[in-house]
Amino acid sequence: MQQSDFLNVVMPFKDKLYRLAKRLLISKEEAEDATQEVLLKLWSKNESMADYKNVEAFAMTMTKNFCLDRLKSKQASNLKLVHSNYQDENTSLQKQLEAEDSVRWMERIMDTLPEQQKMVLQLRDVEQYEFEEICELLDMKPTAVRVTLSRARKTVREELAKKHSYGIG
Amino acid sequence: MELDRIENLLEKYFEATTTIAEEKILKQYFSQENIEPHLEQHRPMFNYFSVAKEERFTKQVPLKPRRNYYKWMSVAAVAILTFGIYFGNQYRERKQAEIAYQETKKAFELLAENFGRGTEKVAYLQEFEAAKQKIYNND
Repeated sequence: MQQSDFLNVVMPFKDKLYRLAKRLLISKEEAEDATQEVLLKLWSKNESMADYKNVEAFAMTMTKNFCLDRLKSKQASNLKLVHSNYQDENTSLQKQLEAEDSVRWMERIMDTLPEQQKMVLQLRDVEQYEFEEICELLDMKPTAVRVTLSRARKTVREELAKKHSYGIG
Repeated sequence: MELDRIENLLEKYFEATTTIAEEKILKQYFSQENIEPHLEQHRPMFNYFSVAKEERFTKQVPLKPRRNYYKWMSVAAVAILTFGIYFGNQYRERKQAEIAYQETKKAFELLAENFGRGTEKVAYLQEFEAAKQKIYNND
C-alpha cells in the first residue's frame, strides 16, 4: 500500500481517533502524540491492513488501548497529565461567550467522568456510533454499554442542573 | 405536541434507549434559538456534542516510506559483501605469499646450517692434510 492510499484510508477517521484520545488524555499535546503514535503503528502494519475488515474500528480500539496504557503508566509513576487547553481563542459577542462558557463547563464535567463513561459518551453522542460498534470497540456487552451510557448522561444532567441552579453568570 | 415528543425522547435519551435518529432530533431541537425554559438546562449538553465533533487533528504525521529504505539497505549490504570478498581475497593471497616466503626462508636456513656443518668437517680434513704433509716432509 502506498502512502497516498494509506492516507486516503486513514483520513476519514483520524479526527475521531484524535477526539477519543483527547477525551481520555484531556491534554491536547498528549492526544496529538497518541494519535500520531497510533497512525504510525497502523502504517507499519499497512501490509496486513487489507486483512482487517474494519480499519476504523481497529484503529479506534488501538487508540483506546494506547490511551488507557498511557493513563495507567502516568498514574503508576504518580504524574498528572498536564494540559493548558481550557481556553479557546474565540471571542466576539456576549452570546458566543456564554456558549463558550457552557462548552467549557461541559468539558470539565466530561473530564470528571470515569474512563468507561467518557468513552461511551464520546463514541455515542459525539461520534454517533451504533451500539453494536461500541460493544465491539470497547469489548463490552450491549447491556453494559446501555447502563454505562445512561449513567454518564444522567451524571452530566445532574452536574448541569447544579450549575443551572447556581445561576448562569 | 412537539414538546411532548421532545420530552418523551429526552426521557428515553437518559435511559439510553434512543436511536441515533432520535438523538439527531434532540440535537436539532436544542440547536434552535427558542426552546422551552425548563429544557434550557439541557442545552449545553447537546450543543457541546456538536462542538466537540468539530475538533480536528491537524498535526502532520511523518510517514516514512519504509519499504524503499529496506531496498536500499539490501543494495548497501550487497555492495559491502562484494567489496569484502574482493579485499578479503587479496588479503588472503598476500598472507599466503608471506607464509610461502617464510617457508622458503626456513628451508634456506636449514641448507645454510648444513653447509656450515660441512665446512666444519672440511676443517678437520685440512688438519689431516697438514699432518700428512708433515709426515711426508719428515721422510
